[in-house]
Amino acid sequence: MNDAAEIAGPDILKEWVGQPRVYEKSFNPELYHEVQQFIFREARLQDIHDYDAWEALWTDDALYWVPANGTDTDPERQMSLIYDNRSRIALRIRQLKTGRRHSQTPPSQLARVISNFEFLKSDSDDIRVMCNAQIFETNLRGDTMWASRNEYTLRRVEGELKIAYKKVVLINNNKAIYTLSFLV
Amino acid sequence: MDGNIKSKWDELIQPGLVHGSLYYDEAIFKEEVEKIWFRTWVYIGHESEIPNKNDFVTKSIGPMPVLMVRDSNGDIQLLLNRCPHRGNAVCVQEKGNRARFTCPYHSWTFSNTGDLINYAFPEGYKGTDKSQLGLGKVTRVTNYRGFIFGSMAAEGPTLEEHLGGAKRCLDQLCDNSPTGEIEISAGFLQHRTRANWKFILENECDGYHPAFVHSSIFSVSDSAIGDLYGNEAVAVTRSFGYGHVEVDPRPEFRRRDAPLSWFGTTAERLPDYVKQMEENYGPDRARQIMIDGTPHTMIFPNLFIAEIQIFVIQPVSANESIQHSTAIQFKGAPDINRRLRQQTMGSVGPAGFLLADDTEMYERNQRGLEIRQPEYLYLKRGEHRERRDEDGYLIAHSTDDMPSREIWKHYRQMMEAK
Repeated sequence: MNDAAEIAGPDILKEWVGQPRVYEKSFNPELYHEVQQFIFREARLQDIHDYDAWEALWTDDALYWVPANGTDTDPERQMSLIYDNRSRIALRIRQLKTGRRHSQTPPSQLARVISNFEFLKSDSDDIRVMCNAQIFETNLRGDTMWASRNEYTLRRVEGELKIAYKKVVLINNNKAIYTLSFLV
Repeated sequence: MDGNIKSKWDELIQPGLVHGSLYYDEAIFKEEVEKIWFRTWVYIGHESEIPNKNDFVTKSIGPMPVLMVRDSNGDIQLLLNRCPHRGNAVCVQEKGNRARFTCPYHSWTFSNTGDLINYAFPEGYKGTDKSQLGLGKVTRVTNYRGFIFGSMAAEGPTLEEHLGGAKRCLDQLCDNSPTGEIEISAGFLQHRTRANWKFILENECDGYHPAFVHSSIFSVSDSAIGDLYGNEAVAVTRSFGYGHVEVDPRPEFRRRDAPLSWFGTTAERLPDYVKQMEENYGPDRARQIMIDGTPHTMIFPNLFIAEIQIFVIQPVSANESIQHSTAIQFKGAPDINRRLRQQTMGSVGPAGFLLADDTEMYERNQRGLEIRQPEYLYLKRGEHRERRDEDGYLIAHSTDDMPSREIWKHYRQMMEAK
């Protein structure tokens, strides 16, 4: 896991961390529908463990962040549950695909509900959106409910929406939680 | 059975065999809390977690919460978070900074040295001696190079006696910092597992499992960890007594003879760190420290130093435990600290490439014990090749069960003690 050391400090974070969210007041129903469908599709790919299709959703400079112990922590100072740059996302997927990622063998059975979409003001062409997720997981251990507040930065690359940034703030991320090895 | 059975422990713990009930029996768990967790030295936390006067953070001794406090004088206190009046919590924050703790129930207020300052409507307590109504405290507190340990027992070995040869491992860790000091400053990941704490304890120096449990990540990354635990490995396991065990990979790193090989990197990639090390220790000593690297040591019962991170094992019940893990930081060495954090985040915690799978194993073990035959777990691997090192400590191949056997030997002594 030597790639671990190669994560560059993400510029994208600097506009997010510690800043108040400014919500977009105007409503574009077409964009709303497109973004919602995109995130629903991402949720479905995660639920059915379609690892390649999910990995293909990310931009080359992507950041996938699941903080611990708060919402706007500094991931360059504090431990996070996941703080993956693009190459570590790829490593995560490669590990899952070995079939010997024991905590996902057999894979968790999952259904997630995504709701409460809200757009954030964006200074660029990037689309910034927040939503809530609830995930029901059942695996060898038993049944677990997860809940999170998610933030995305989506970008249009050659006409297709891609994920440049995804932050998953688990509601109980300051508590002791069970293994979380499915794609959240 | 040899007909000389003196106690239940003779039956439950035999050479290389331990009874499954030791992992799931709630009565045994309660006995462990009294005889192990409330008697021995338990790692509480690191002084760098409360750097300023009046800082506090919630820690634990076994299932019991403990407030680790830097009081108004700058001294470290281990206070018990229970109002002497009716048992309410005097603090429900996990951490913070405050000089006083006030119980919300009847407004009894305590200083952060644990003394009762005042209570509401004091005329009702005429003649009462406030000095007898302070917060409970952990009976003995000792700081070794920033590591704070506590013992609820008034008597017993000193911390240094308890650590014995394992003290070298704490020294070895601190020596890898150019300032000789480490910091625990990145916050903890808290990983809950439905398994007995001793499965975690034993796993930490089990060098037999990595090749199998972690083959998924070894096969897709360029991690060199797997080489330390192969059949051909020259790394050894060592027992220091008192239940402290380590995997010592130094023979392998000395064979490689390359500074920072232990960390999967090179001196060229961490020039600032290497320069600081050479300035502080001199080139020869610095080189040796950077070849040997940091330890892989399980300090009984709850502090695991895993090269670049620490784990604190917390038992919750016979069937439930929490692993608290965080990156070790070397004071004043930002370039290596970032890598220490990034590698730790990749490896440990609920989503870690390594620990998610270790934890899966603990849980499967725990469920497996619902199956009552065979009654005993088998820990005899490598019995025939145990030997003594030049210091007289027991050593064995890095994949052998010797560390578990030694943990159980100490466990049994503690549980048999009156």
